Amino acid sequence: MIRLPAFTYLAPRTLDDAAAAMASHGAEAMLVAGGTDLYPNMKRRQFEPTVLVGLRAIRDLQGVRGGARDGITIGAGTTLSAVAAHREIIAHYPALATAAGLVSSPQLRNMGTLGGNVCVDTRCNYYNQSYEWRKAVGFCMKKDGAICLVAPGSPRCWAVSSSDTAPVLWSLGARVRLSSTAGERTIPVEALYRDDGIEYLAKQPGEILTDVLLPAADGWRSAYLKLRRRGSFDFPVLGVAVALRMDGRVVGDARIVIGAVASQPRPAPAAAAALVGERLGRELITRVADLAAGPAKPLDNTDFTHPYRKKMTRVFVARALASLAGLEPAGRPAEEVA
Amino acid sequence: MSVESGGSSAGSARATDGGRFGRGAEPPSEGKHEFAVIGRPLPKIDAWAKVTGETRYADDFFLPRMAYGRLLRSPHAHARIRSIDATRARALPGVYAVITGADLPRVKFGILPVSQDEEALCTEKVRMVGDAVAAVAAVDEETADHACRLIDVEYEPLRALMSIEESLAHPEVRIHEYGDGPNVHKNVALQFGDVEAAFARADLVREDVFFYEGNTHLPMEQHAAVASAGPDGKLTLWSSTQTPHYVHRLLAKILEMPAAHIRVVATPVGGGFGGKLDPFAHEIAACRLSQLTGRPVKIACTREEVFYIHRGRHPVLMWIKTGFTKHGEITGCHLRTWLDGGAYGSYGVASTFYTGVINPVTYKIPVYKFEGARVFTNKPPCGPKRGHGTPQPRFALECQIDKAAEQLGLDPAEMRKRILAEPFTKTANHLTVTTIGLGECIDRVVEASGWRAKWGGWRSQSEGASAAPSDNRRRGVGIACSAYLTGAGTAVYWNSMPHSGVIVRADRSGGVAVLCGATDIGQGSDSILAYLPAEILGIDPKDVHVHPADTSLTPVDLGSYSSRVTLMCGMAAIQASQRLREVVARAVARKLEVDPGALAFRERKVGVPDDWEKAVDFAQAVELAEAMHGVLAFAGSYAPPKRAGKYKGGGVGPSPCYSYSACVVELSVDEETGEIELHDVWIGHDIGRALNPLLVEGQVEGSVYMGIGEALMEGQVFRNGVHKQPSLLEYKSPTTLETPEIHTFLVETDDPEGPFGAKEAGQGPLLPVIPAIANAVYHAVGVRCDEVPITPEMILKGLELRRRGKAARVGPERIPRFTFKEPVVVESAFGQPADAIAVRPFAQ
Amino acid sequence: MKARLSLTVNGETHDILVPVHKTLLEVLREDLGLTGTKHGCELGECGTCTVLVNGEPVLSCLALPADLADAEITTVEGMAEGGRLHPLQQAFAELGAAQCGYCTPGILLTAQALLADRPSPTRQEVKEALAGNLCRCTGYTKILDAVELAALRMGAPR
Ligand SMILES: Cc1cc2nc3c(=O)[nH]c(=O)nc-3n(C[C@H](O)[C@H](O)[C@H](O)COP(=O)(O)OP(=O)(O)OC[C@H]3O[C@@H](n4cnc5c(N)ncnc54)[C@H](O)[C@@H]3O)c2cc1C
Ligand code: SF4
Ligand code: FES
Ligand code: FES
Repeated sequence: MIRLPAFTYLAPRTLDDAAAAMASHGAEAMLVAGGTDLYPNMKRRQFEPTVLVGLRAIRDLQGVRGGARDGITIGAGTTLSAVAAHREIIAHYPALATAAGLVSSPQLRNMGTLGGNVCVDTRCNYYNQSYEWRKAVGFCMKKDGAICLVAPGSPRCWAVSSSDTAPVLWSLGARVRLSSTAGERTIPVEALYRDDGIEYLAKQPGEILTDVLLPAADGWRSAYLKLRRRGSFDFPVLGVAVALRMDGRVVGDARIVIGAVASQPRPAPAAAAALVGERLGRELITRVADLAAGPAKPLDNTDFTHPYRKKMTRVFVARALASLAGLEPAGRPAEEVA
Repeated sequence: MSVESGGSSAGSARATDGGRFGRGAEPPSEGKHEFAVIGRPLPKIDAWAKVTGETRYADDFFLPRMAYGRLLRSPHAHARIRSIDATRARALPGVYAVITGADLPRVKFGILPVSQDEEALCTEKVRMVGDAVAAVAAVDEETADHACRLIDVEYEPLRALMSIEESLAHPEVRIHEYGDGPNVHKNVALQFGDVEAAFARADLVREDVFFYEGNTHLPMEQHAAVASAGPDGKLTLWSSTQTPHYVHRLLAKILEMPAAHIRVVATPVGGGFGGKLDPFAHEIAACRLSQLTGRPVKIACTREEVFYIHRGRHPVLMWIKTGFTKHGEITGCHLRTWLDGGAYGSYGVASTFYTGVINPVTYKIPVYKFEGARVFTNKPPCGPKRGHGTPQPRFALECQIDKAAEQLGLDPAEMRKRILAEPFTKTANHLTVTTIGLGECIDRVVEASGWRAKWGGWRSQSEGASAAPSDNRRRGVGIACSAYLTGAGTAVYWNSMPHSGVIVRADRSGGVAVLCGATDIGQGSDSILAYLPAEILGIDPKDVHVHPADTSLTPVDLGSYSSRVTLMCGMAAIQASQRLREVVARAVARKLEVDPGALAFRERKVGVPDDWEKAVDFAQAVELAEAMHGVLAFAGSYAPPKRAGKYKGGGVGPSPCYSYSACVVELSVDEETGEIELHDVWIGHDIGRALNPLLVEGQVEGSVYMGIGEALMEGQVFRNGVHKQPSLLEYKSPTTLETPEIHTFLVETDDPEGPFGAKEAGQGPLLPVIPAIANAVYHAVGVRCDEVPITPEMILKGLELRRRGKAARVGPERIPRFTFKEPVVVESAFGQPADAIAVRPFAQ
Repeated sequence: MKARLSLTVNGETHDILVPVHKTLLEVLREDLGLTGTKHGCELGECGTCTVLVNGEPVLSCLALPADLADAEITTVEGMAEGGRLHPLQQAFAELGAAQCGYCTPGILLTAQALLADRPSPTRQEVKEALAGNLCRCTGYTKILDAVELAALRMGAPR
């Protein structure tokens, strides 16, 4: 049986205590919520913190507050099951409910939290392996080594942002609240991420993500499509999040964010801009899908070949748009209707 | 006779009616049934323990003072070992012992006598990532793990050969010193009749090349073993193994101690599928560590280790040339296979033969030539996985037949029916075939699936693709058939002893104990060992206590492989039970003053049917018999009929009888994404007789499931000398969401060779699933996938080729340059009648 | 770091002293002798180790007992009431839904949670609920059948 390395476990009951614990233990310590990402990584010795600060006992991190009219606040400790089953979220932020409901397996969604999902470690099939395996292949720079095995000449790590909810939250214009002994700040989700496989989060290690804030639904429609081999367990190897707001018969505003093709979610602003002021029809969708696939630059470090993932970006964007337009997915006989 | 399984139990039908599910629980009430136990959907005898968590698997053993072991494994695919220094590990507090190959006798071993090429802990060379080089016993697993990291091994890396081509291209690098050529483990060639003449007679001759990627068993239970060496110098090993007998024999050799002092107990196996059929390093190391520490030692493998030690499906490259008449008859067939064997021999010689010798059992193939070669590579060794060596050539032949049917303008289902092998005849390669229920299997699945309407209706000749209107996805159906052996005709080591033995002992309570070396790996062999004596003795299966798989207690059974257990143990159990019954009958006959032949055994009574009030309770009957005869313990033995072909290599392939399966798959393919969704699988299986339809259906459904995984997603992929994805997350095994509805139809042929007419069910039904899927994909989108697993990428590539006006085929382009042996040339025995009475040893 | 914990499993409270980094799976099997809970990966990738925490299926290989002091934990050993099997156990035994039986405890518990939540699920709902439990033996067919049968027997209104 693979086991966790030893650590000291702290289970503070308040945010302040948690922040203080993180501050006092510094780089030794890590936060853990559901543990569904961190514990497997620790078992494979990708992380060996000597102190873990558990967030499960903190009441303030739990639950969903507010409504679609003024915006919703989701405590970072809310489980993915709760997010996926929340009436208001299903009704007004359907892409988020979909994404949360597509994470891994039912059991994992009962344990994993939204905060943990937003902060989930980047992935690479040279990295998410046991210590012995990594030793056999040669350690890479993300852990214990100096080079990148996917792009050997590269000075950086290209591990893949594999969160299902991150691209959706980005497309919805969500913000996150961070809290530490230095105080509290609220930043847009996109400001949380960095384009680096190792330092993928632009927050201080001691900062605790306390809430995810969704803006007022305000007529936005959203959709999320996920590519993976199986209907369960598997991480996204492509995630397409689309949000748009109609202005009469034309698109008033739109955002397209692609997940799992880079070290952070990739927005496709040019594609989104091409939608604005237009009526959603087949031709437009095809054009926008081509534009959106541009920023996707997957590398060969996940399941499926990377050219395939790139190719699917276009198909998935088109399908997501078609579903938001109320059209049948592209290629159906109902095509004429559009 | 044919039984739709759905009628007798849940089958594939939905839960719409509570009544029909409950049948298994209630005592059989319908008046006329030939048998009291046989053929009924009874729960397995171990079902209760399994649903309550009481079953103790190997890793559930916790013995007093037990130490925990761990193996240090090689990080190199191919390297010479310069030195091993365990000083630091030994100094770690909590470490009881550290051993290397130097602490074991210098003997090489292997499951087959012809391939003695393994060491539990490598001494000179490592041949794959995952080869064990040292082992630790410590106070707990964490300490053992830590100690492993403190063992310093110095390696001199050698060139790693990671594919058939590479191994053949580099004869200067030798993985092993033995074999049929540089890096060639085995090279075989057999010829039965003149294939060239057969091709000359044909209206259509096709040559095709196929590739079947290797994959692994992936049992949910990770291998584990607990060894306990006593102060008396005796050793007990509890292990998650399918072959306690072979492990017993080999342990004696490896540890150089008398076999009489070793006891091997197979614990209930949490999934085997062929993956727990070899003696493994962790078993041997646990034994040695226990001897050295004087403590019980447990070694439980991690999931990653299970991928390394697997012995799974061989990757096989195949070239197949077949001649067809315009009516679809096969005039002759020539098959070449190249197996990527991995780093060791394992069962590989048998696997090599199996890629060739079972093919002629399904259809009439009057002339046959087979050439096969197994090549060593620096990967985990392959061996027997469900279907052992036969799914690969099955895929090749069934896809080729589909192509031929199209060229000949024939319905592929009808074409197959036309060319079925003839019952009670011999094949070209001298295998004796008894009953064949394949025709009925085809009829059942064709009818239930609505094959004719779908296959004909959706077909648009002009496009070569189906025109079923359903969104951007295209629907298709495909069909394929297969045959599989019911137990290998020969043991892995040559001997003339029984393959299976059973002792039946009746006690004064009316209970019956059954002792047999077979291991229950989930297939239900313990239950079969209860049902058969219960049927013969007229008692309830609950009255039977089965004691399986303990080498110091139970007669030898060779093991749970090659679908042999139900037939061989079953026959032995029947013989033993009949011997008991005779003695009991004599005693009761004397008391009732009737002829023993007039007695019936049923409802826990023995008596004359017409005078049933006088019938004696079974328990009392046992007392009468014991008083007359002494202790009531009887043995039964079984060895398969001796019908091996009289030529070198004729020992692989013969079986008492063969099971048959036919499969129709309906799926849809998304033309934009290449994704395949399976909707339904209809599978007809000739089971001979279903001793318990529930168990048979379970085996069929499980086989179909495993076939689906192999066809669509499972594959052992290597990169930089290392397994690319040794985890349950990245080695893709289908979940409930990828598994379609499986509709099972059992066809009964009542085979004279099987117990109550039964044949196997655990492996054969996997075979047709893979080609049926490939053929359905072609029917849906016109793309020929001559390689599995079939991935979305392959579909898109095929569609792209079609768009560019090229042949929409995806698959291997080349075959290796390789010289096969001069073939052993033998007359074809095709069509000769089966020997009227087979000589079956121990039958009297 | 060892922690003194009290853990309520199958209605019984156990006071234990265990290293805090031992997972619930390890503590159940190695400290409480409840070996009915199995494991296939210890990394959250198979569902074999599923237990119920306050009625919800979770993976014991990724749970820390330190977080579960106030929780009700149910393992397969706690499914039967007295000597009476849970209808799911009964149905699994009768229909042959347990072959090797290794995935069975995790699947039974997951199904128990499903039926508590949704007394008469559709077949698709059963599939979705069990999508986090791998079984290599059965092709899931008999498992789905058995869950449906148990639901019927538990008297769910049609
Ligand atoms: C088999 C398997 C399959 C998976 N499949 C998917 C999938 O399909 N899609 C997907 O998105 N994820 C998947 N995951 C990853 C993971 O389970 C989820 O992302 C989950 O939501 C993580 O949440 P958690 O609470 O368990 O995170 P944890 O493991 O507790 O934490 C993850 C990371 O976030 C940090 N963190 C957690 N909470 C906070 C906080 N409040 N503030 C600051 N930092 C915090 C932790 O320090 C850690 O670095 C899978 C995991 C496994 C094991
Ligand atoms: S992308 Fe490169 S550096 Fe990053 S984890 Fe993968 S191999 Fe390592
Ligand atoms: S053991 Fe596989 S999920 Fe826990
Ligand atoms: S019954 Fe064996 S894994 Fe499910």
